[in-house]
Amino acid sequence: MKTNGADDKTYLGIPLYRPRVAFFEFTSCEGCQLQILNNEGTLLDFLSLVEVVAFREAMTEKSDDYEIAFIEGSITRDDEVERLKKIRKKAKVLVALGSCACFGGVNQLKNRFHDLIAVNKMVYGEHPVNSGLVRPLCDIVKVDMQIFGCPVKKEEVEKIVINLALGKSIVLPKYPVCMECKANENICLFEQGEPCLGPITRAGCDSWCPNNKAGCWGCRGPADDANVEQMKKVMKDLGFSDETIMDRLECFGGFQTDEKNGQR
Amino acid sequence: MLFKTFAKEELKILFEIIAAHNRVVGPVEKARDRNNKPIYAFEDVHEFHDIQLNYTTTKLPAKRFFLPFKEDLSTFKIEDDKWQKSIDYNIDRPVVFWGLHACDINALNKLDKVLLHSVYPMPYYAAKRKNMFIIGIDCEPQPFCFCRSMGADTALHGFDLFITDLGEKYFVEILTDTAFNFLRELKTADALEEDHILYMKKVDEKKKQFTARIDTTDLTKILDMEFQSEVWHQWGDKCLSCGSCSNVCPTCYCYGVEETVNIDLKGARKTKMLYSCNVIDFAEVAGGHNFRPLRHNRLKYRYYHKHRGFVEAFEESLCVGCGRCGETCLAGITVSEVIASVKTGSKE
Repeated sequence: MKTNGADDKTYLGIPLYRPRVAFFEFTSCEGCQLQILNNEGTLLDFLSLVEVVAFREAMTEKSDDYEIAFIEGSITRDDEVERLKKIRKKAKVLVALGSCACFGGVNQLKNRFHDLIAVNKMVYGEHPVNSGLVRPLCDIVKVDMQIFGCPVKKEEVEKIVINLALGKSIVLPKYPVCMECKANENICLFEQGEPCLGPITRAGCDSWCPNNKAGCWGCRGPADDANVEQMKKVMKDLGFSDETIMDRLECFGGFQTDEKNGQR
Repeated sequence: MLFKTFAKEELKILFEIIAAHNRVVGPVEKARDRNNKPIYAFEDVHEFHDIQLNYTTTKLPAKRFFLPFKEDLSTFKIEDDKWQKSIDYNIDRPVVFWGLHACDINALNKLDKVLLHSVYPMPYYAAKRKNMFIIGIDCEPQPFCFCRSMGADTALHGFDLFITDLGEKYFVEILTDTAFNFLRELKTADALEEDHILYMKKVDEKKKQFTARIDTTDLTKILDMEFQSEVWHQWGDKCLSCGSCSNVCPTCYCYGVEETVNIDLKGARKTKMLYSCNVIDFAEVAGGHNFRPLRHNRLKYRYYHKHRGFVEAFEESLCVGCGRCGETCLAGITVSEVIASVKTGSKE
């Protein structure tokens, strides 16, 4: 097996292949990449599993010789489309990192407006920028893996990278946030009158928001087999307005609502 | 069984004797809901006045103290090409449960049948269950309680002592010598005939207060016949598949296991996580085939395990009628309504 890097890592005596990875960002806040740099306690271990060859937020050096591309952000401009296609050609594995890359994220809220030219004018005024419809990566190129979340959960990214290094299969939770929320012994936020998308949103965040008494906004998109229609009904029966429900469902773009489908 | 009575103020003395050397878990008020009603939970207690003896029910059962939601089954130390496994049953001292209702005691008795007295006992459960000390307490039926229908409104065994409030004093059933020895340090009196009469009266009054019930007559056979019933589809359409019913159930014990390697590659762990049969990948097997991809099937099998399969194996249901699942279900799916609909063939 080919290895690279000076201090070759082994697992149970078997040398590990250290893949060359690059991080890129498109239209986003770059917060997902920051999350990866945030966990100082395990950062060195994390960096010893992969060889980072490009990471604008963290280092000056950069190389185009990479195998795995972690891409944060949504695609809103024509030049972004071209850049993304180039990355796709070079990368063996393309990973959508975070909700913007996976579904458009918060950015895609502007897709709600029918007249995007007017939006551009209102936001940028005299200094217009080339920024159109917000699209997730998978609208343009083949995405091999999605890591959900706004921001991504560092522990989940670490687990994925460990399994990648060890050649283990990568499995994201298929169940909703409620499973983690109950395991964390939280009081259901609906009991206290707060709306929450925990019953339909994919887990993996360890019920981050409900742990802090904030209802889930669905940043990780729908769990497998999410019963979105029933969730709308439940929230309506509990007295939440259509606006409140749609605000939640549309915030990160993970839930395809009828209104949005009409525009695409 | 021995019957005693003691004055109400003696209970605090009993707490101080027990809590001086033991870990005590009891019902406490954790928060208030949107209608300003208390939300109770089983937590570690250090002061007697924190215990809410007249609690209605807790949102989560006491399960996490003997079947934790997440628990390491084993950990591994890895050095070069060698590895060393260590197993910890994750219990450092026995727990005293202060104030379990009959339903929750019966839930433990049911779990014992599977996890303690079966061919392959689960040591992680057994280690926590053994030496557990349980003080039961009488309760008032809530609108969602159907324990009486499940034969779980009284506990005949599975506790050390059970106290019932007779107004002026407590009526105490003593089942173990541990309990007897603790009570020797209190001022107790033998239960007189009048105490027994008062106790029976209290039990009779309680029976009359139940409003929720399910008819379990021939239920296993009815479930057999109604396997293809349309009502399962109707409930399946409602179900959110969130798994909360199982997580709040005092008798759900199904779990998944995950193996993870630490980021420094010097350690690994095998972790057990309580799962729910209503969750999408519960019946997904190696290779990716899912035996129950449909929501209504998963919901149905949950009922079949509780009310049919378990009955066939152990001659009793795996449901104690605590009503927690129906209370927690945002879609409003309750056991009594589901069972009734299977019988009538209609959800409404």
